[in-house]
Amino acid sequence: MSSEIPEELYDYSKREPRRPTPTDPEVDGYPIPMDVRRRLYQRQQELRQFEQRAYDLFMQNLVKGTSHLSLGMEAVSAGFAEALRPDDYTFATYRGHAHTLSKGVSPGGVMAELLGRENGILQGKGGSMHLTSVEHNMMGSYAIIGAHLCIANGTAWSAQMRGTDQVTVVFFGDGTTNIGAFHEALNFAAIWDLPIVFVCENNLYMEYTPIDYITAVEHPAADRASAYGLDRIVVDGNDADAVYQVATEVVGKARQGGGPSMVEAVTYRHGGHSRADPGKYRPPEEIEAWKNQDPIQVYHSRLLRLGLPEQDLIEIQQSVATMVDEATEFAKSGQPPSPELAMTDLWADGGSSWRN
Amino acid sequence: MARMTMIESIRDAHFVSMEADDAVVVFGEDVGHFGGVFRCTQGLQERFGKHRCFDAPISELGIVGAAIGMAANGLRPCVEIQFADYMYPAYDQIVSEAARIRHRSVGDFTVPMTIRMPTGGGIYGGQTHSQSPEALFTHVSGLKTVVPSTPYDAKGLLLASIEDNDPVIFLEPKRLYNGPFDGHYDRPVVPWSKHESAEVPEGHYTVPLGKAVVRRPGADVTVLAYGTMVYVALAAAEESGIDAEVIDLRTLIPLDTELIIESVKKTGRCIVVHEATRTSGFGAELAAIVQEEAFFHLEAPIRRVTGWDTPYPHAQEWDYFPGPDRVRAVMSDVMEV
Repeated sequence: MSSEIPEELYDYSKREPRRPTPTDPEVDGYPIPMDVRRRLYQRQQELRQFEQRAYDLFMQNLVKGTSHLSLGMEAVSAGFAEALRPDDYTFATYRGHAHTLSKGVSPGGVMAELLGRENGILQGKGGSMHLTSVEHNMMGSYAIIGAHLCIANGTAWSAQMRGTDQVTVVFFGDGTTNIGAFHEALNFAAIWDLPIVFVCENNLYMEYTPIDYITAVEHPAADRASAYGLDRIVVDGNDADAVYQVATEVVGKARQGGGPSMVEAVTYRHGGHSRADPGKYRPPEEIEAWKNQDPIQVYHSRLLRLGLPEQDLIEIQQSVATMVDEATEFAKSGQPPSPELAMTDLWADGGSSWRN
Repeated sequence: MARMTMIESIRDAHFVSMEADDAVVVFGEDVGHFGGVFRCTQGLQERFGKHRCFDAPISELGIVGAAIGMAANGLRPCVEIQFADYMYPAYDQIVSEAARIRHRSVGDFTVPMTIRMPTGGGIYGGQTHSQSPEALFTHVSGLKTVVPSTPYDAKGLLLASIEDNDPVIFLEPKRLYNGPFDGHYDRPVVPWSKHESAEVPEGHYTVPLGKAVVRRPGADVTVLAYGTMVYVALAAAEESGIDAEVIDLRTLIPLDTELIIESVKKTGRCIVVHEATRTSGFGAELAAIVQEEAFFHLEAPIRRVTGWDTPYPHAQEWDYFPGPDRVRAVMSDVMEV
């Protein structure tokens, strides 16, 4: 039996590459103060070098289980972090290392958590996919797709009811836009007029499948926004300034009682979905094109154009490298948690017993 | 002291808790303006405003998800799922998030939340308005599961649940909303106004979670029951002439194992009764605990009287329902061993 179905439907790596939209030259001229831009650069360096180290530690078999890296997606997390106050709330997915660090959580504690050590931020109970720091209002990383969008609404409701002007920002992937929780969450946010920002990190792939192959619209989040009365906002997720600019607007709107927004940041992950995935379902020219528009390179070039001495940037890189080394040493110095620790904190009394 | 139906006492518990604590918020489908399909939240919106009691879309996942986020941020949500049968879209939130967040965040992110849902059959609700899903919750570490059987307990247990710092599943036997139903479906309904356990004190009191109660002391056989089945077991005991000790568990998690084991050691026999399907039901857990801890006191096998291992059949509702005849027959069986 002969088949009329073209080969690219079976082998995604042979599909037409989806290339990045070129960096908008006008972004250079955005009125963003240089100290903010330096911080954006530093933050992206932190996220990049931390994730590279996490990858190296995987290769040394020091990180158990899977993990999902944000390499190539740093501009989204950095851009939003810069627009937030410390008392604002964030929620992330299992690809949450960057968002946890961006909220100011200790890199050593996060690294130790990846290694499953007792000195990890969750004493090894959460691991890579559940990084949480309530102390920093980083309200968790969630490995069930879409679940946290609904929970984030509750946080936003709480802020609204308590009369604070705290904003909740919830990050999720493109794959999330096809699950019911996404739509239920947007509807709730809209009817309750919540101070919340939904941020879709569209890296073009839902795990191993091109998002456009399994989604009815081109922009999985932005093209659905109108169904909930929200504006259609698409931003270059590989340009931290572009993200920061949009983030400032939507966070400001939410803070002033203007209600929810949704932002779709189009970006790309350099690696596969998770540790086990080399990402070979993607056309090589596509990977190449996105790596050529790497967010850190884009930003490095911009800062040089704007007159920042290269030596300053090198110093930032070096100080971050030292920080990552220290985080690694801290993590390695931790002990594996005792089995007894698993029996704690199930119930409010601190234990795990359910009968007398 | 006034006599109340279970609906009225649940409503009263809401009033008392919302009056005492501004952090308590109540929402769900038709819960605000209409006051709930079973009227358990009637008048709350009027009294406390639309920020404390409000309507949600048909969106169980969204409701429970939002409640988790509220609970993590200083509120004490008490949400209603219109029927326990509608809980499944929210099950992921309940299991993967509410039950586990405290553990994986080392106690930092907590969920003091109560989810109320009417449970059980006896109203010709068919497959999707009659289920008793308690074992789906007791199987999940991190959830408390409560099943009241009287208006007094319903108020006291609901107040204790709302004030509890863990997520609580509060299952309301809908066949008991208006009266103590003993399974004799062909007889006139006895209203709560004619029953002394409908005496409900005004104001605040709690019935602690984890404390069972002996509803009928007896020497021959221990019958473990909760919800509607408490009255079925009591009826069976009276009709059989067997001196059964009927224990109302009231809360499944945490479980009052002490009272159960003490009773079985005294009677030497044990029957577990629940309306839910038999296989992997909570009765299996109870039977396991009793044999682990009182094996050498047993004079007969532990028996279960339960719903069938089928969906709740519409037309054969009273065949499925483990009524007093079935309980009585098993009581006689174990006494003959």
